Amino acid sequence: MTSPEVTEARPGAPGGETILEVRDLVKHFPLTQGIVFRRQIGAVQAVDGVSFDLRRGETLGIVGESGCGKSTIAKMLVNLERPTAGRIRFKGEDISRLSGRALRAVRRNIQMVFQDPYTSLNPRMTVGDIVGEPYDIHPEVAPKGSRRGRVQELLDVVGLNPEHINRYPHQFSGGQRQRIGIARGLALRPEIIVADEPVSALDVSVQAQVVNLLERLQNEFHLSYIFIAHDLSVVRHISDRVGVMYLGRIVESGTDEAIYEHATHPYTQALLSAVPVPDPEGRETRERILLSGDVPSPANPPSGCRFRTRCWKAQPVCAEKDPALDVPPWFREEKGAVAHPSACHFAAEWEDEPGPGRPGAGPGAGAKPGAGG
Amino acid sequence: MPERYEEKQRADFGSQEAESLPGSDVLQAEAGGVPGTDQPARSLWSDAWQDLRRNPVFVVAGLLILFLIFISLWPSVVATGSPYNCDIANRNLGAESGHPFGFDSQGCDVYNRTVYGARASLTVCTLATLGAALLGTVLGGLAGYFGGWGDAVLSRITEVFFGIPILLGGLVFLSVIKSGSVWPVIGLIVLLGWPQVARIARGSVITAKQNDYVQAARTLGASTGRIMLRHVLPNAVAPIIVVATIALGTYVALEATLSFLGVGLKPPTISWGSEISTASQQIRNAPHALLWPAGALSLTVLAFIMLGDAVRDALDPKLR
Amino acid sequence: MTALLDVRDLQVEFRTREGVAKAVNGVSYSVAAGETLAVLGESGSGKSVTAQAVMGILDSPPGFVTGGEVVFQGEDLLKLGREARRKVRGERMAMIFQDALSSLNPVLTVGFQLGEMFRVHRGASRAEARARSIELMERVRIPAARERVNDYPHQFSGGMRQRIMIAMALALGPELIIADEPTTALDVTVQAQVMDLLAELREETGMGLILITHDLGVVADVADKIAVMYAGRIMETAPVHDLYKAPAHPYTRGLLDSIPRLDQKGQELSAIRGTPPSLLAIPPGCPFNPRCPRAQDVCRTDRPPLYEVTDDAGRPLPGRGSACHFWKDQLHDRP
Repeated sequence: MTSPEVTEARPGAPGGETILEVRDLVKHFPLTQGIVFRRQIGAVQAVDGVSFDLRRGETLGIVGESGCGKSTIAKMLVNLERPTAGRIRFKGEDISRLSGRALRAVRRNIQMVFQDPYTSLNPRMTVGDIVGEPYDIHPEVAPKGSRRGRVQELLDVVGLNPEHINRYPHQFSGGQRQRIGIARGLALRPEIIVADEPVSALDVSVQAQVVNLLERLQNEFHLSYIFIAHDLSVVRHISDRVGVMYLGRIVESGTDEAIYEHATHPYTQALLSAVPVPDPEGRETRERILLSGDVPSPANPPSGCRFRTRCWKAQPVCAEKDPALDVPPWFREEKGAVAHPSACHFAAEWEDEPGPGRPGAGPGAGAKPGAGG
Repeated sequence: MPERYEEKQRADFGSQEAESLPGSDVLQAEAGGVPGTDQPARSLWSDAWQDLRRNPVFVVAGLLILFLIFISLWPSVVATGSPYNCDIANRNLGAESGHPFGFDSQGCDVYNRTVYGARASLTVCTLATLGAALLGTVLGGLAGYFGGWGDAVLSRITEVFFGIPILLGGLVFLSVIKSGSVWPVIGLIVLLGWPQVARIARGSVITAKQNDYVQAARTLGASTGRIMLRHVLPNAVAPIIVVATIALGTYVALEATLSFLGVGLKPPTISWGSEISTASQQIRNAPHALLWPAGALSLTVLAFIMLGDAVRDALDPKLR
Repeated sequence: MTALLDVRDLQVEFRTREGVAKAVNGVSYSVAAGETLAVLGESGSGKSVTAQAVMGILDSPPGFVTGGEVVFQGEDLLKLGREARRKVRGERMAMIFQDALSSLNPVLTVGFQLGEMFRVHRGASRAEARARSIELMERVRIPAARERVNDYPHQFSGGMRQRIMIAMALALGPELIIADEPTTALDVTVQAQVMDLLAELREETGMGLILITHDLGVVADVADKIAVMYAGRIMETAPVHDLYKAPAHPYTRGLLDSIPRLDQKGQELSAIRGTPPSLLAIPPGCPFNPRCPRAQDVCRTDRPPLYEVTDDAGRPLPGRGSACHFWKDQLHDRP
């Protein structure tokens, strides 16, 4: 992603030095048949050529619908999955092929917060054991005598009562469990936290608490976040920059203003318009792009642009030529947020669309027969 | 249990309060204490032990099992005489003073036979269960955890073993060995019993390893051994305990059947199983000769099932 | 408009090992034909349990309806026998669930499952049932319905399966549909399609719709009126525009403030502190009092009834109610 916006200094992000560089990341899961004698019959292209940078102290949001590959990226970043191809460089060092001691050392620096607070904590361990486990695995971080104190400190930092160290996860509510998961992620003093849908399993009134906590911790510990979510509003709230994913690729990326106010990729536009706005005023006249059909199977993605099967702008060129994620040439001279990478041959802001080309927001637009499947 | 309810209520409010304070500084106010001064850190096992000690079911079962172990180690302390001291003149006689359980068809004292039978029966069923459970858990657990071709091979092997009728297998195996001591019987039961445990262990390990906390441990850099012992096993062990305690009962019965068929334990070894099988021929004339060893057997099985139940519950913090 | 469904003072409790959980504590609401009522609440608020009690599909035990009335077209359903109740279900009142995959039988074709409704309830022939199934699938806009009628549920995407569930609910022409989080499991683009379909079908058939959800965005999009639930009680009722413009309950205000907005990059979110109470130990007085910024001593002791909300001149505002002692202050956003 060699884009102009990379050089743009962001007011909130201190430093701005790049600490994570992801280049052409690919993950294909083989589809096999047979149990003892396996043979490959294809591959699910979960992630197919994704690149981005993460700078110190910033939050990169990744949004997309289910099956777009965003969770697979998270798993590769924390080394739960090995990339099929591509590089993940942490402070210049490629960490995607490490093993043994070197891998353990890197893992201290990149930690993960999971989606489901009910399955991400071992029900048979006390909170003290859960939050203290990182110290058992990396004894060099904290001498044995100091661990209990450190665990209580961590509980305190995430807003839990340090006295509850001997309780079990089931004695806490969902929001509190998520705090325990965050405390565990913080234990090793990582520089990067990968949060995969950290609030989507929580109640509305508790979501805000956890989002606020994550923001406070970022300032306190100078953390960098990769924030993965399907909820566009939450992502906008917390992110400095946003990447929109569709079917294993980033289709558009930029500052939150670029994505949310000046989206130029049709998929981003459709996604934004589909988000229900918590305000009934003017709902009758609100414009909404209803996409036809379903997301194609990642085992057999369309040629060229992957979005073309559902795109109202699609032309023959879209089937032949894969659009690169780059600032479109016709926007390069523009000042402001509109000049940001967008992988579309016909990138344009929604307001600039010619009238008749607009898809109907009316009845029936959602299901053109034959589309998708 | 009103006390317990109260406690829960308090706990609920306590944790609620903790979350309701967005900052962190005020949190210790609730308990009024300084962090680090309360009771020592606890773990699942110490909590489980605390729980078990207070569980009457566990205490009763534990005492019973201790007693059984005691009489199988030192039967002469409890017995009134030798189990081999038989007089055919006393054949099938009922209880009399000094012989509280009466006599069996050989004129032997049933009380002494029952006491001395504990050793063989207990050895067979506990060791066989332990062996089958360990072997099954290890093999099934490894297969479930690692998957792949090893898992495929193991699954086929367990299916083959399931196809062998355990009685037929026992007849063939033991009639070749012909020793009549407890060891071949134990070996046979372990050999034919582990696939059942392995199958359960494999399934519950597969379920447990899919949880996010296993992934979380992996992102922390935990070793495979640590993940298996700390995260997977404690969460997979409950169904294994259930299967093992149920198996224990069937193994005692299996030993009895094999002894009855003449291929299991042979005289002079005394076991409840062999006592029951000899007495069953005389059930109309001398039911007491059957009832006492059968009662001892049932009590033993019950004790182990109670023990298994209590241990399983203690290892689940949600039930505490 | 006379009410199609009128729920009055409904009480439901769950008798569990740990004690009696009061899941629904005197809930009243009504829906007219052609109207959409949104029941908004977080997990454990009792919104789904209320709907299950209305439908008569409450798991019993442990759930028991201990009081109240469910008046549907002038008839109290709670007084009906099991068989009569079953007839109401499906024919006159239908339900759509969150998880369409587990609501459909995986070993039967969707055509068969749709057709079964006609065969069982209407005694239709096989051919006729098939024709009706195709017709229904077309009505919920499943592309190429004729070819897909013999497909199995797993061959459809999540959005399509939810359409099939809607088709099934519509099959016998019910007067009321209860949709329990119908789009929660779906992606936003698909969610929009399904919500639009539901709204359209409601308009077309004139049926009543109860939409149970936690999503303030979805509610704002489709609801006519709203009932906000918390800890088994109604906290506030209001027409949709009024509720978003000037909520009369601090809980509603808190919910509205705590959601991040798509159209603005906000500062710190103003979260509601604390967590919803355990249903085994609902706080005395107003259930929201431990988390409420307006709470006074009276809130900890006196349970507020659902006050009628009035304007400054004391004229009642139609459809508005608030279970807050200080609804007046909240309505005018006074501290």
